Amino acid sequence: MTATMTQSALTARGITVRFGGLVAVNGVDFDIPLGGIVSLIGPNGAGKTTFFNALTGLYRLAEGDVLLHDRDITGLAPHKIARLGMARTFQNIRLFGLMTAEENVKVAMHSHLRSGVASTILRMPWQRKEERLAHEGALDLLDFVGIGAVANEYARNLSYGDQRRLEVARALAVRPTVLLLDEPTAGMNPRESAIFTDFVRRVRDEKKVSVLLIEHDMSVVMRASERITVLDRGEKIAEGTPEEIRSNERVIEAYLGKSGTEG
Amino acid sequence: MADIGVIESPPRRRRRIKPSMRWPLALLTAAVAIFLFYYLDTYFRGYVPPAMHEFVSRWLPLLAVNEAMVYVLAALGLNIVVGYAGLLDLGFVAFWAIGGYTAGWIMSGFFQKDGLNFRFFGSQFTKVNNIGGIHINFWTVLVAAALICAVAGIIIGAPTLRLRSDYLALVTLGFGEIIYEVFYNGDDVFGVNVSNGTQGITPVDAVRFLGFDNTGALTWKDLGPFDVLPKFVIFVGLVALVLFASIRIREGKLGRAWLAIREDELAASSMGVPLMRTKLSAYALGAVSGGAAGAAFAVHVSGVLPDRFRFDISILLVAMVVLGGMGNVWGVTVGALILAWTNSTGLPRVESAILGSESSRGATTVFMFVLAAALLGFGLWLVLTKRSAGPLALFLSGISLIIAVVLIISDNPTFQFLIFGSVLVLMMLFRREGLIPEARTRLVLREQGRTDAESLGADMEEVAPELEALTDEAVHAGGTVPAAPMGAADPRGTDGDRGRHRA
Repeated sequence: MTATMTQSALTARGITVRFGGLVAVNGVDFDIPLGGIVSLIGPNGAGKTTFFNALTGLYRLAEGDVLLHDRDITGLAPHKIARLGMARTFQNIRLFGLMTAEENVKVAMHSHLRSGVASTILRMPWQRKEERLAHEGALDLLDFVGIGAVANEYARNLSYGDQRRLEVARALAVRPTVLLLDEPTAGMNPRESAIFTDFVRRVRDEKKVSVLLIEHDMSVVMRASERITVLDRGEKIAEGTPEEIRSNERVIEAYLGKSGTEG
Repeated sequence: MADIGVIESPPRRRRRIKPSMRWPLALLTAAVAIFLFYYLDTYFRGYVPPAMHEFVSRWLPLLAVNEAMVYVLAALGLNIVVGYAGLLDLGFVAFWAIGGYTAGWIMSGFFQKDGLNFRFFGSQFTKVNNIGGIHINFWTVLVAAALICAVAGIIIGAPTLRLRSDYLALVTLGFGEIIYEVFYNGDDVFGVNVSNGTQGITPVDAVRFLGFDNTGALTWKDLGPFDVLPKFVIFVGLVALVLFASIRIREGKLGRAWLAIREDELAASSMGVPLMRTKLSAYALGAVSGGAAGAAFAVHVSGVLPDRFRFDISILLVAMVVLGGMGNVWGVTVGALILAWTNSTGLPRVESAILGSESSRGATTVFMFVLAAALLGFGLWLVLTKRSAGPLALFLSGISLIIAVVLIISDNPTFQFLIFGSVLVLMMLFRREGLIPEARTRLVLREQGRTDAESLGADMEEVAPELEALTDEAVHAGGTVPAAPMGAADPRGTDGDRGRHRA
């Protein structure tokens, strides 16, 4: 590649998502700088999660392109997008409840494992080695997020906090270059959210990923992110550093309503 | 930790058999026992007490056992689709039929009419008597049937697997009917006879394999309709092979992907699991076993008859998987054995016992009335006290038992189905996870009383002190701890925090 290669891990241009006549996301431009932590915020119903689902291939784009490291991933199936290095967590935790924590992580390694059916049945040496490496890798990841002790527990039996951590471990097992976290601090108290914020930094530094965070909690957003994009009613209304966003009038208006109408 | 290590655990009785080996050993023992009994019974009759011969050949005829083994093969195939991958297939008998007709085509004189003659290590009999048609040996046919079914599975799966749950079930049901109708009316497909229609293809060649001569000594021979015991050995081997493969696949990459799809399709695809490919492989691998069952069945009855591939067999197979315990191969095996036996031997024997004499009929009628009344009463009591849906089913089974009594009195043998149905309903009421459930499934179905929130709350209480310690540690370390807890969402912790924040 040439020197003109962008510094973006992910670039989205003119993203538009329609549900029938409803335009949920309208012409949003967006990018995640390489190694950066950026946030997507906005009031309820602003289209944040829809935008997320559009990036990860769960929704079809009406218009727009998504580039992952300069590679066009528009319209690819979710599993192909994951394989190319984009992993996500879910706002309402979607773990595989009846699988153990370790199995959950191993599922996400699917696209990195090569053994076929025959070598699995015959338990060939290379298959055994691959499974052993997957096992060790999974335990490493669980240790990394701090839940190595419950590796053999069913995911549905884990505590809420552990489930959130397991979601991150599972997403990391995809070996992503871009990690998308959908409201990961939902249901946490301020102190836990603060700890989580530092954890996101650590993930970024140690796993060499670029992070996109959807957040509701402004204190987390301000503390964690290097850049913030604000959505309101499907449109991008502001973009900038936390300081810029904090003093942006349109943002304040979107969150609090126009002065005067609120009484 | 070191201190704990010093303390000696109390002397425990050593367990000789690993829990995971219990079912395989039990089934193997049963197979060996059946083999030994019938070997002695056939060739050394003098060593078997007449009463024992009478009893076993009445309640456990070897032909019925063999048929049950074929059902086990098919049920294990269906278990991959339904139990492992969670795709309800109501037309699985289609693969059984395709496997059966594959055997019918390339293992009989069927193509003699078209002047096709081909031989590949086939049965001795067809060679000696120079019978035309295609005669390929059983093992090759088995592989061919399995492969053809795998391809058929992919062809059927590709368009249908895009559908979800109920829709998929309906489409598979339709597909099963289509295959049945094609073979049933296949004596004239644009002027070509592909299946002999209602007559079916008979006879199918004998298997050339190790059998026993008149003295019970091992010898190579054609296994005809009366060589039931060697076929039993072959079927046991096939079942063992499929069991082994099922377990191994489940433990590997593909098995995990199936489970993940069963749990949450969307999350699985977001984690890089290709949905279509993974579902198709479940279909194809399930079909392999279904096809093998078809070929085995053709050999078992020495023929292929379209009547044996009807819709009710598909339902019976699903019942076997569900009753045995979805996803657990041992449960499915036992479930299939029990249902197949009940169908072929149990109910007819019960019927003849009931209808055999006036006095037994009277006694049974009274017994059934009491049972029906008890079920109805129990159902009524549940309706009045618990107000759940279960009592309705109890009512229905009670009523069906009463109808069964009426049918018995009027000498109508269809009461069998009513008993069968009632047993299934009761099973689903009181043990819906199946006889030998998968550990995971038991977990869900046995904690219905607790809502998700409740179980979550209980869990959080258990780990609360631990999380408290972790979060404290994190704060003291200035927010950069190695094991950064991301969220200790514990209600008590939250209260505590608020207090501290205010202070």
